[in-house]
Amino acid sequence: MFGARIKGFFRQSVDDAPPERSAGVSPVVGGGLSVQDLRAWYGSFLAVKGITMEIPPKAITALIGPSGCGKSTFIRCLNRMHEVTPGARVEGHVCLNGEDIYDPAVDPVTVRARVGMVFQTPNPFPSMSIFDNVAAGLKLTRWRRSRAELEEAVERSLKQAALWDEVKDKLHRSGASLSGGQQQRLCIARAIAVQPEVILMDEPCSALDPVATLKIEELMQELKRNYTIVIVTHNMQQAARVSDRTGFFLMGELIEYGPTDEIFSRPHDRRTEDYITGRFG
Amino acid sequence: MIGLCTAFTLLAVAVLLLILGYTLFHGFRHLDWGFITEAARPMGEAGGGMRNEIIGTLILVALAGAIGVPVGLMCGIFLAEFGGPKVAGGVRFIADVLTGLPSIVVGVFAYAILVRPLGSFSVLAGGVALAIIMIPIIARTAEESLRLVSPAVREGALALGIPRWRAVMSVIIPGASTGIITGVLLAMARAAGETAPLLFTSLGNYFGFQGLFEPSSALPLAIYQNATSPYRVDQEQAWAAAVVLVLMILAISMAVRWLTARGRPSRG
Repeated sequence: MFGARIKGFFRQSVDDAPPERSAGVSPVVGGGLSVQDLRAWYGSFLAVKGITMEIPPKAITALIGPSGCGKSTFIRCLNRMHEVTPGARVEGHVCLNGEDIYDPAVDPVTVRARVGMVFQTPNPFPSMSIFDNVAAGLKLTRWRRSRAELEEAVERSLKQAALWDEVKDKLHRSGASLSGGQQQRLCIARAIAVQPEVILMDEPCSALDPVATLKIEELMQELKRNYTIVIVTHNMQQAARVSDRTGFFLMGELIEYGPTDEIFSRPHDRRTEDYITGRFG
Repeated sequence: MIGLCTAFTLLAVAVLLLILGYTLFHGFRHLDWGFITEAARPMGEAGGGMRNEIIGTLILVALAGAIGVPVGLMCGIFLAEFGGPKVAGGVRFIADVLTGLPSIVVGVFAYAILVRPLGSFSVLAGGVALAIIMIPIIARTAEESLRLVSPAVREGALALGIPRWRAVMSVIIPGASTGIITGVLLAMARAAGETAPLLFTSLGNYFGFQGLFEPSSALPLAIYQNATSPYRVDQEQAWAAAVVLVLMILAISMAVRWLTARGRPSRG
């Protein structure tokens, strides 16, 4: 577990290899996720119906589909956040670097430090300054750090999130004082400060205007050099613009999954075609 | 309809203003610096002050706070964060009943469990009685304020890999701090003005605070005793003491308003 964090740290600074595109069949290394027969319930309602998919490392995987198709539930299973909802339950396996995060011996809290998440609505911690928001994951998890380490991590994360220049003179101000787009980048900085291997994004731009959306999309291209990114989006143009691979969800099932250009230019399944051409959804 | 609402609103405001005005009118005439700094004189004798009673009330409220704030806060945190729907529902019901409990019943209860076994009226028993009055108020306001912290913030904290208890302590409670402090101050204001529970517990004396296990006077008790005295000078003292008590509670209420109006601080 700790070894993986160390590896994650060095990967970020040393290994700048270009992302492997369409790594569907090749063995997954780094921050890749291998999902096997994942099912998720809300009470007795089966929201995710046995999904199996390989999510390649250091690439952007987009999940599209109409509302209620289970794509958000699915990514909440990838960092064990689904089970936080009362009455929610998960079955199946999700392997991160070959280690099953649903193994009974695995603490969900440590999983969430390795698989970060950015939510639909920017959710900076209201009582904290910009600095403390970014440092929160470092300060409040189990590893103790000195002030200098924190300052360095905050600066690095804000730079990676393309927010440093805008906030470096007001780090003590409340995170809530920023604009919506800045808040979302603050949340991204907060997520990458703990050096996760994977970043999950649940419709990260749905509350943002087009300019702020463009900034986040550019940022994602930067981030995929170091992180595996899974993004849920309602916006098909966004999926086509940013992602390397796309999965189409419908009624809790993964209908089609493949390289993004293929999904959008010649989908194999009729339902995928209907959805991306705007016939429903 | 609007006329009726306006009329009754005016009536309510008028009653409040009359009480305040009448108290201030009678009280301020007998209020001077000596009233706050001097000890009381024997019954029927003019002059003297309420120093001991003021100190007594401060000590009682501080003691009640020392017991009631931690218990009430923990209870509120449990209700909002850790209790399942069934358990929390039961505890919440009990807290609501406790809020409505007549304060004299609380006084009799403290008499039974502390004054009788210890063999003496005491500040301790008074503090416990006031704490019992404070606990449900603090618990419920703390719970309500914690629930107001948005679920998105909770999820954000958990998704960072912050353990649950840490997220509650460092993210959720600070986010609710304004509401929690408001509840604590309101409960203290309520406790400071209570008389009935003190009649059976703290009892009152003329020498001020003598120790936790001895009886002590307090402002509400002094008002009660002086107001029922046959001597005019004592009755005037009661009015003045009422003004002091009202001002103390007013100060707490102002602090509450100031805190709630200030909202979220921009931390430096």
